[in-house]
Amino acid sequence: MIKKSKLQGEFFMQGDIACAEGAIAAGCRFFGGYPITPASEIAERMAYRLPLLDGVFLQYEDEIGSIAGILGASWAGAKSMTATSGPGISLMNENIGLGIMMEAPCVIVNVQRGSPSTGLPTSWAQSDMMQARWGSHGDYGTIALCPNSSQEFFDLTITAFNYAEKYRLPVFILADALVGHMTEKVVIPPNDKLTVVDRKYTSKKPSEYLPYEYGADLVPEFAKAGDGYRYHTTGLTHDKRGYPVMTEECQKECVTRLINKINNHADDIILLEERDIEDADVVVVSYGITSRSILPAIKTAKKKGIKVGYLRLITVWPFPEKRIRELAGRVNGFVVTEINMGQIALEVERCGHPAKTKLVPHPGGGMHKNEDILDAINEVARG
Amino acid sequence: MGKSQVKTADATGEDVRHPMEHLLRMDRMPHIWCPGCGLGTDVSTFAEGLRLAGKDYDKVAVVSGIGCTGRVAGYINLDSYHTTHGRAIPFATGLKLVNRDLTVVVFSGDGDLFAIGGNHLIHAARRNVDINVICVNNFIYGMTGGQNAPTTPLTAYSSTAPYGNYEQPFNLVGIAAAAGASFVARWTTAHVHQLSDSIARAVNKKGFCFIEIISPCATVFARKNKGGTGLDLLNEFYRRSVVDHDADPTKIPIGLDGKIVCGEFRNEDKNTFWENVKNGIKEKVAQKDNWEAEQSKRKKVLYKKIVDHS
Repeated sequence: MIKKSKLQGEFFMQGDIACAEGAIAAGCRFFGGYPITPASEIAERMAYRLPLLDGVFLQYEDEIGSIAGILGASWAGAKSMTATSGPGISLMNENIGLGIMMEAPCVIVNVQRGSPSTGLPTSWAQSDMMQARWGSHGDYGTIALCPNSSQEFFDLTITAFNYAEKYRLPVFILADALVGHMTEKVVIPPNDKLTVVDRKYTSKKPSEYLPYEYGADLVPEFAKAGDGYRYHTTGLTHDKRGYPVMTEECQKECVTRLINKINNHADDIILLEERDIEDADVVVVSYGITSRSILPAIKTAKKKGIKVGYLRLITVWPFPEKRIRELAGRVNGFVVTEINMGQIALEVERCGHPAKTKLVPHPGGGMHKNEDILDAINEVARG
Repeated sequence: MGKSQVKTADATGEDVRHPMEHLLRMDRMPHIWCPGCGLGTDVSTFAEGLRLAGKDYDKVAVVSGIGCTGRVAGYINLDSYHTTHGRAIPFATGLKLVNRDLTVVVFSGDGDLFAIGGNHLIHAARRNVDINVICVNNFIYGMTGGQNAPTTPLTAYSSTAPYGNYEQPFNLVGIAAAAGASFVARWTTAHVHQLSDSIARAVNKKGFCFIEIISPCATVFARKNKGGTGLDLLNEFYRRSVVDHDADPTKIPIGLDGKIVCGEFRNEDKNTFWENVKNGIKEKVAQKDNWEAEQSKRKKVLYKKIVDHS
């Protein structure tokens, strides 16, 4: 029988499928997407599941249509999602900016593959980290989460929806082809064990409602299309009424709020996994699939007597600046392992000064060699 | 929102209100459109069309892209979305498919809908998504200063065609019809009654409805092509127009001279995307459930046989 509700129990599940099931568990009922390796399985699963949950699956004509569509769906009140890979994100970036500016909650999954350009369609990389931060033009705050297993792909998809709803913005999930295509155990808990957050709908009367009026949390209250509020929203710089205002003052208020509504809540948004960090001399910083492949090297280094800490960034954006600065004061340095030529390492270097930051890069399509990671740990341990 | 803050007086000193004030954001007046532009009339005609259609205004949403016509969403006192260049249609598709009680109208220009957004238009028409697209065709990019559009007639001047346009223009109603739209009409800004009637029919009709409005751009198209004022250009469009509802929409391109064939060229009933989804699920899920039940029954029989043999 075709399953017509949220799953529950233990499964042997592919990462991409777990992501789709996480979205369904979070209440996602609109998926707009376009086929692309290695993210297509998410669309396929949603096509199979959503129509039976009275949701909508639409395969758009391209990724630009997909992102525009999930923004429209979001304004109609649905939790909405799209899933793609690097080339698709490149196409989506303009409308990701629209989502940021209009403050439309939605989730964008990037199952990263080797790049630039068409790159390695069937193989992995972590090379879109900075694209997720700065991909759309202009200054804005953003949230990105990095799963390292099928289970976490499920869990973080729910978290991504919760953040999107709470802070009203498109939230990224930065997975990669390995996490997306790996099949492993996933436990889906019953509904009452899941935390699902919904956006704050306004309780004001239409005559009193201003779509971009905000309080201390800097997040405006939401009103969906068709509820009689007759509001205006635009990608132009706008005031509290949502009307375009082309002044320096309005630009300042608009842009700083979009940044501060994320920065002010960084402590709530940032998720980290730390092991043996309190007395560490060297902290190995990793995220996503790399956080699993580096474990043997860390074990070997420890056997040699080096005090190695493990810091995994589950939230990559906003960057955990505060934590890196705290650690920088008392460690020799950081080793950053990532499957790109140095992206998050730049952030660690920025916040980790004067402690040393040593990058262990990888161009994609493979994993770091244990010796390379060990060499880096040794180098930083020596000081 | 959208309450009147603008009061004007006529020669006798009496308060004069815009007859469509209830559908306009009067606190945003004056608008940014040039004197002589057709867009003011196009918006009034749209408002009249909604009134004729008897729509609940709380259940109508307007989505625009970028450009002069892209600003329509900002002046209409309805739920309104001013999106990115070319992407109004996929945005509107998401809005409509989630809130299926809404009447969703995309109001945008020829460059927005047929150049940068052309792919979305043909695919939305192909799917027969239940949205309405009003395309204001002024033959040029107005907002950016008069550059060539996919509708600029051959040999017409624009700021990026200083020796006259070398490109064949699109015939918009032809494309919409060929891509599968349920309803296809074309009028000029001068045909206010016919246009509001067509809009009223379109918003009450299911499926992808497309209306082209041939509208004067006084500031750039008229100036570059010696068309006189906006009113002169409008008169010229009206003079050249011929109403022929039976015309084949794929065979009525618009040149710099010659006829502008107007009318309602297509009004068909066919299943929308959402109707196809619902019908598909009803049949296919039942079939699949039966098939799977059958399979599991057969497996049990087979298993029983194996057990019996052993």
